Amino acid sequence: MMTPDIAPGSIASLNADSSANPARRRVLLSLAAAAALPLAACGRDGQLKNVHGIDLTDAKWSADFSLKDPDGKTRSIADFKDKLVMLFFGFTQCPDVCPTTLARAAQVKAGLGADGSKLQVLFITVDPERDTPDVLRAYTTAFDPGFLGLYGDAKQTVDTAKAFKVFFQKVPTGSSYTMEHTALTYVFDTRGQLRLALRHEQTAAECLSDIRQLV
Amino acid sequence: MTKTTLTSHALKLLCLAALSLVVSAARADVRVEDPWVRATVPGQSASGAFMRLTSSAPAKLVSASAKIADSVEVHEMSMTDNVMRMKQIPALDLPAGKTVELAPGGYHIMFFKLHSQLKDGDTVPMTLVFEDAQGKRSSVDVQAPVRPLTAAMPAGHGAHAGHGAHK
Ligand SMILES: [Cu+2]
Repeated sequence: MMTPDIAPGSIASLNADSSANPARRRVLLSLAAAAALPLAACGRDGQLKNVHGIDLTDAKWSADFSLKDPDGKTRSIADFKDKLVMLFFGFTQCPDVCPTTLARAAQVKAGLGADGSKLQVLFITVDPERDTPDVLRAYTTAFDPGFLGLYGDAKQTVDTAKAFKVFFQKVPTGSSYTMEHTALTYVFDTRGQLRLALRHEQTAAECLSDIRQLV
Repeated sequence: MTKTTLTSHALKLLCLAALSLVVSAARADVRVEDPWVRATVPGQSASGAFMRLTSSAPAKLVSASAKIADSVEVHEMSMTDNVMRMKQIPALDLPAGKTVELAPGGYHIMFFKLHSQLKDGDTVPMTLVFEDAQGKRSSVDVQAPVRPLTAAMPAGHGAHAGHGAHK
């Protein structure tokens, strides 16, 4: 089974749930502040305002991964803790959504100017069968030399997608197959907290305006 | 404009003299504009082609072929609840006079099992097969330039015309 049993769109309802209830949001916030005293002492980032994406600041879930980069080094979110992380699931055989998303990420990085060096873009393949380390490396670095591809075996891929509430599935077509997958880009702040999900429909300018609030 | 030739299928039809006038009067001329193919990295075995199609009469794009890949399919991409789905479609409808865009976020022509890497600046010859309302098929040869893998939108979006020619 390559498909995690997660309903597409579950993330949208999750978010609507937490933001639709201001009272509960405040409770969650104070809980988070109490649970993270060292962070609170450094001063908590302000709430995100008027984001174009999905604000996950108060979402009751976060996620991590343990996957390999093309050099075979095991990576997790802690490796990028002083960086803003944009994380996206995709596959290199995708002619449409994945290159568009990575090109947009490159535009966001450029748009951040000097702060661009604080941004780490991660591309997790949902097709490790075809996305070998060499293909992954060549693909992500074509968009930006700093973009990093990550992969796992079939089970790790399913588990990671599940952790991020990402849906994916293999779809046979003609003599080959293609992948369906969630096309959200997740954003972690410099403390390794999951803060945002950017929709595929958002322009680079809209993503940039959302991400600037986290720099 | 690329040179025009008649397919053997079309020739056979034209030999039916009685039919030929009617058929050509009702024939759908399809304009192919701004075709391009996305570049690949070594080892990447699939890619897509994009373009704009405008038919003078109701027609549909029924298939495409190219020597660069083992299989070529007409695909539709859709986004529902933030999930990207992609599927092969049997035909792409071309209403008379309406420009139908094959662009990221919608339709594309998909290449599977590419024989070699597609590099920026290469040209990909491909053949599109159209069917008019009478069921008559004709094909168009298209020379599509390869654009960088990182291309977000067609560079000459809305600017050029006439890269393809009707056979
Ligand atoms: Cu496709």
